[in-house]
Amino acid sequence: MAKVKMTVNGRQVGSECDDRTLLVHFIRENLGLTGTHVGCDTTQCGACVVHMDGRSVKSCSILAVQAAGSEIVTIEGLSSGGELHPVQAAFKANHGLQCGFCTPGMVMTSVDIIRRHGAQLDEATVRAELEGNICRCTGYHNIVKSVLAAAAEMGSAKEAAE
Amino acid sequence: MYATNYHRASSVQDALALKSSTDETKYLSGGMTLIATMKQRLAAPSDLVDLRHVADMKGITVSGRSVHLGAGTTHYDVSASAALKSVCPAICHLASHIGDPHVRHMGTIGGSVANNDPAADYPAALLALDAVIVTDRRQISAAEFFTGLFETALEEDEIVTAVTFEAPEKAGYSKFANPASRYAMTGVFVAKGAGGVRVAVTGAGADGVFRHAGLEQALSANWSPEAVAGVTVDSSNLMADIHASAEYRANLVKVMAKRAVAAA
Amino acid sequence: MGLEGIGARVVRKEDKRFLTGKGRYTDDMTVPGMKYAFFVRSAHAHARIVSIDTSAAKDMPGIIDILGGKELQADGIGNLICGWMIHSKDGSPMKMGAWRPLAHETVRYVGDAIAIVVADSLAEARDAAEAVVVEYDVLPAVTQASRALEAGQPQIHPEASNNLIFDWQLGDADSTDAAVARAAHVTEMKIVNNRLSPNPMEPRATLGIYDEAEDHYTCYTTSQNPHVARLVMSAFYNVAPENKLRVIAPDVGGGFGSKIYIYPEEIVCLWASKKTGVPVKWTSDRTEAFLTDAHGRDHETTVKMAFDADHRIIGLKVDTIANIGAYMSLFSSATPTYLYATLLSGQYDIPAIHANVRAVYTNTAPVDAYRGAGRPEATYVMERTMETAARELGIAPAELRRKNFIRSFPHQTPVIMNYDAGDFEASLNAALAASDYAGFPARKAEAATRGMKRGIGMSCYIEACGIAPSAAVGSLGAGVGLWESAEVRVNAVGTIEVLTGSHSHGQGHETTFAQLIADRFGVSMDSVNIVHGDTDKVQMGMGTYGSRSGAVGMSAIVKALDKVEAKAKKIAAHLMEADESDIVIENGELKVAGTDKTLPWFQVALAAYTAHNLPSGMEPGLKETAFYDPSNFTFPAGCYICEVEVDPETGKTQIVQFVAADDFGNIINPMIVEGQVHGGIAQGIGQALLEAVHYDPANGQLITASYMDYAMPRADDLPSFQVSHQTTPCPSNPLGIKGCGEAGAIGSPPALINAITDAIGNNELNMPATPQKVWLAANAAH
Repeated sequence: MAKVKMTVNGRQVGSECDDRTLLVHFIRENLGLTGTHVGCDTTQCGACVVHMDGRSVKSCSILAVQAAGSEIVTIEGLSSGGELHPVQAAFKANHGLQCGFCTPGMVMTSVDIIRRHGAQLDEATVRAELEGNICRCTGYHNIVKSVLAAAAEMGSAKEAAE
Repeated sequence: MYATNYHRASSVQDALALKSSTDETKYLSGGMTLIATMKQRLAAPSDLVDLRHVADMKGITVSGRSVHLGAGTTHYDVSASAALKSVCPAICHLASHIGDPHVRHMGTIGGSVANNDPAADYPAALLALDAVIVTDRRQISAAEFFTGLFETALEEDEIVTAVTFEAPEKAGYSKFANPASRYAMTGVFVAKGAGGVRVAVTGAGADGVFRHAGLEQALSANWSPEAVAGVTVDSSNLMADIHASAEYRANLVKVMAKRAVAAA
Repeated sequence: MGLEGIGARVVRKEDKRFLTGKGRYTDDMTVPGMKYAFFVRSAHAHARIVSIDTSAAKDMPGIIDILGGKELQADGIGNLICGWMIHSKDGSPMKMGAWRPLAHETVRYVGDAIAIVVADSLAEARDAAEAVVVEYDVLPAVTQASRALEAGQPQIHPEASNNLIFDWQLGDADSTDAAVARAAHVTEMKIVNNRLSPNPMEPRATLGIYDEAEDHYTCYTTSQNPHVARLVMSAFYNVAPENKLRVIAPDVGGGFGSKIYIYPEEIVCLWASKKTGVPVKWTSDRTEAFLTDAHGRDHETTVKMAFDADHRIIGLKVDTIANIGAYMSLFSSATPTYLYATLLSGQYDIPAIHANVRAVYTNTAPVDAYRGAGRPEATYVMERTMETAARELGIAPAELRRKNFIRSFPHQTPVIMNYDAGDFEASLNAALAASDYAGFPARKAEAATRGMKRGIGMSCYIEACGIAPSAAVGSLGAGVGLWESAEVRVNAVGTIEVLTGSHSHGQGHETTFAQLIADRFGVSMDSVNIVHGDTDKVQMGMGTYGSRSGAVGMSAIVKALDKVEAKAKKIAAHLMEADESDIVIENGELKVAGTDKTLPWFQVALAAYTAHNLPSGMEPGLKETAFYDPSNFTFPAGCYICEVEVDPETGKTQIVQFVAADDFGNIINPMIVEGQVHGGIAQGIGQALLEAVHYDPANGQLITASYMDYAMPRADDLPSFQVSHQTTPCPSNPLGIKGCGEAGAIGSPPALINAITDAIGNNELNMPATPQKVWLAANAAH
């Protein structure tokens, strides 16, 4: 048992857990943030993607103790005040989700893709960058559309701000 | 996962001390293989020593054509390094195709080479680049480092701290991914440098990464994709599984070699 | 159509919770005192259990209890059953062997549940499960169905001699044989339909809660049909009487058929909750899902398609061996019979058809309906054979199909189905145009300059949805009726709750169903809530599968709306002193036609509940219930065209174009319908290109037990799809809708394989067309 402290969605948290506790279980069970999901055992499906110190990671393959001292953002922390993040809004506008189970991971991944590539995204790049996220419902068609739309929207918003 | 005890090292010396104080201890870097293996209960270390916070093991230095990659450098950082891209774009390309973006944000070159998965990408690059694996106590050539499936020349408590190599005149990597796991079903790294042409193959060999003499001879004589056509790749010591027979892998070795040269 | 009405592309009401991490799935549920379960499962494909020793495991930290099959049986919990009786052609009933929720005598596949471990944490439960010592007497195993029928193979259930469950037929053998004998040309093929794992991204899970004070059970479960789950657990498994069992299927992360069935884990967790006195939660990991979720397909078929000299099909003879797995899952007998052979007429006018199906036990996971359920198997047989025949006869694939299309409706096929409407030529023409089929030779020539082999293939599918007329399926052996229920509650302030027996696990019912109400009454969708998935809230319903939520579920809502509307009009007429027949409902108001008299919707609702001034004799309230039993199946149909490039050096296939032209009848929300088609096509492409369950034939071990070996379609395996709709309204239901949930998975596999075989010039290619297989086939063609 260790007392694990980290910052989650901007808030300092600390909770006791076994050293073998995975970050995803710490988030779901110790913190009650159940938006982060587990869809496989082999680090492949991406339903568990969160941001750790600004980068997308698979929380099913990191121990909570490894993440101690880190800044974590989960799907619950992506937006605030009832407004959707542009990526969330794009998924909604473009029907980029069906059952919703892979969706938190897809959204967190897409935010990271746009962070790294900016508005200059093409379909092939988006498809390649989604390698670590599996969706069984959408055939990815509308997910790809959502990511491209969000990138364009965020790019033009950034331009307008500059 | 079985119960385990976690320790965070702040330096190489600290890591060595932590390792020696406990039994059945494993070093943990990005954990992209080790944690996954522990989750499946296929590994059960009593203790883990986390190397991810050892500052000395991070970073990329390029001086002239000499490259120094800290063992704790993530695949993403290798793939995105402008300095590295300017002297050896092939290794950036290779790193950009390991796992997926999230895995690349955590996984490290040191962890990958120390694990020596027969389908991992880095071993092919290091062998073809005639790289040196630097540890806390010595330097080991890639040719001597990779000794078999998941086997290396590392001693029990030895830590990989860096990888160094001289960027070759030309290098290329081409991988055919397993349709399910996306690991290399066959990956070929070709390099043409001062020491001649070296061709290393991963994902295909029954004993792990290997150099292919026939391809090296052909490409030494004629560094062009066409030169590969006349080479025979023996399938007898290649892996076979539900995804690819040894014969199919033998074909892929040639095709990937050809494409790696074309990309170089 | 209004902004929110029928036909509008309304964004989904349910999305916000999923996008912000506020979806509530079964594994997200926690209740006070809850403990975790892990199952001890068979390590062998076939073995007698000699002994089970839990003594050491019970002493491990955190263990509440470890329970096995003997105790379960002693408590009177019943065996799992198949709910559809099939009779063999000799008249004998199917031979169903016992499926115990926890095996204690014999295990029949790797993953067969043996014991449940309940502990304070999942890790402790798993630690202890490993310490349970099961001594096995290992028996030989057989995994392939055709092999299991051979003499000398392991006998899996004593009831089914030679592992044969039934030997069933449909159609007329004599006239079909005669047609084959006199044919000018017969195309004969051996076709394998590969075994698949459904893989909804949410693994199965269940939380069983027993309340001793009330002697009442609550079951949270990942179910497509919680009401049927309650019925079956109560009536057949003796878990609890229905009034003492509440089943809740909250947000469910995809199903694709695999979450229709009642599995051992729900039953065992409920029972274990009573035994241990604690709520018990079990969540499958992905390897357990590969081992124990019902698989799909797994057919071995021979087909003969007979043509006259004018290229008209005069007969079709099909012989299929269907692998059922180690036990008969809930609908397992219907999938390879009435959901399969009844579609073997395809889109074609075929005078004589005969199908023979043998269903066989093997030492593998149970096989049941998976997205499409029988219709993908039928379509694959028909459309691979059709394309092959066109090649053999030397005529264009589209023209051979066109020549044989059914053109007048209703059309009675020789295999039960009565097609009520369709325009197959319209879909074919739309797909040909969208794919620029005529321009293909130029594209092929261009690809050749890059060293790529380009191919094109098509598939014209028809399927049967809107499952199903209860009397009809009852006569064919179904154990339940397949109607649907709905309740429309208009609240006193005019807001509306619709309670439906359908269940959404990604299909967007909260939006589509609300559109129906908005369209009917002109009220805002925000004032409408859709309630589903809880047997305490919603009356008995039949759930969601077989693309039935629109055609059957919404039809039930329409019936209830008819009643609500009639009563609302009566009240409005009374209040406005008008004739009832003059009342119209528009934009949220009840109006007297031809006058300026209006009443807002909410005032009529309020009047119904205040009951101060209702027509004489009228009951207060505005709430109506309806049950809708369809009068026929519905028949979605369409044409898919796929274009590929094969890299001859590696055998890797890239899909360069995929066109879908579907006739789903009327459409409520095109955005959602297109999404269903996209997802279905992706699963069909997955089957054709990537996915296959592999068992080691020597010992029955599952080789593809994780995503490391089971190739799931990823974004970069797929193209964007070109989707269009042609519409012939369905005449049998009030909305004219046919259903769209499965078409993509049904129509796409043959189109893809037809395209690859066209590209490589070798027709000998089985799914999945992995790079290695295509490389071998391409080289063999030279």
